[in-house]
Amino acid sequence: MSFINYSSREIILKIVYYGPGLCGKTTNIKFIHTATNPDARGKLISLETKAERTLFFDFLPLSLPAIRGFKTRLHLYTVPGQLFYSASRKLIMKGADGVIFVADSQDARFEANLIAMDDLKENLSAYGYDIEKIPFVVQYNKRDLPNVTDVEKLREALNPWGVPDFEAIATEPDGPGVFDTLKAVVKMIIQQLRAGAR
Amino acid sequence: MNPRTVIFEEEQRRLQEVCTRLTRDSLARAIFLIDKNGQILVAVGETANIDTTSLASLVAGTTAATSSLAKLVGEEEFPVHFHEGKRDNLHISLVGEDHILTVIFDERSSLGLVRLRVKKATEKLVEIFVALAERQGLGEEADLFSEITDEDIENLFSDTF
Repeated sequence: MSFINYSSREIILKIVYYGPGLCGKTTNIKFIHTATNPDARGKLISLETKAERTLFFDFLPLSLPAIRGFKTRLHLYTVPGQLFYSASRKLIMKGADGVIFVADSQDARFEANLIAMDDLKENLSAYGYDIEKIPFVVQYNKRDLPNVTDVEKLREALNPWGVPDFEAIATEPDGPGVFDTLKAVVKMIIQQLRAGAR
Repeated sequence: MNPRTVIFEEEQRRLQEVCTRLTRDSLARAIFLIDKNGQILVAVGETANIDTTSLASLVAGTTAATSSLAKLVGEEEFPVHFHEGKRDNLHISLVGEDHILTVIFDERSSLGLVRLRVKKATEKLVEIFVALAERQGLGEEADLFSEITDEDIENLFSDTF
């Protein structure tokens, strides 16, 4: 649910990173935090356990240039990936304007991706969203690792809708694919807002 | 399309007035009005040293978690939750269905006073939100998005990443 404040002239968009445990959701937003112009980023909040697992959520606010005189702010959230954190995962989805599904490309995590995607669909419908309507993109992360599944096979399993999808390596210094993924979902959100206004 | 929250200048001013008055009446250090998705609407009082964006997202998170806890133990809702610190305390309460009022206070005030004043202010805030909801249905904000061009969207990313 986008938030438009005519008094402070701001538009705020909430974007949620979803995916199986340890697929790299937090790594994505940590990379964005590091690589974004310091004037444009807020403080990164990470609620992690000692084992680097997101307990509740990570949060990163970003400021984009003004659009039609309105400052555009992005609020990026990650959900905890582990199956047993289902309750907190659902809470973070509330009010999302767009969703990024981060898949772990390793063969051994193929099944975990499918389970996470089912869970996402279920949580979206719990809030009345339809995965075919909400701005949604898919990222195939960890493409640098050995034993990764072919993109074609991942696409067939995780992106039957043909939404924009990207290969990524969030751990690399230049984070290939990370910004492309984020840009794609922001564009979809704004295009959808525009289509709704016309 | 997803529903959206729109705040207009008039309602913003009225919300701000209620919160400013509440800060004075409850002897609070600072007051924040936040929506349940973690967006900040009003920040008044001694807010200069507080990261209000982070505060808003964490308050929304903890309120969502508290609400789920209530359901787990068979309560419909815990409309108020309170955090007591050595110096500062946090009084968090629901305003209607979608908003959260957060009061930070120290030894200059008391829980009883804050609770009393929050209750009164909440009624006024709910009235403003009802008026706002009616206004949102009128579609006054539609023009903003219809004017956006593809170029505007491209330019969003030019200096940031």
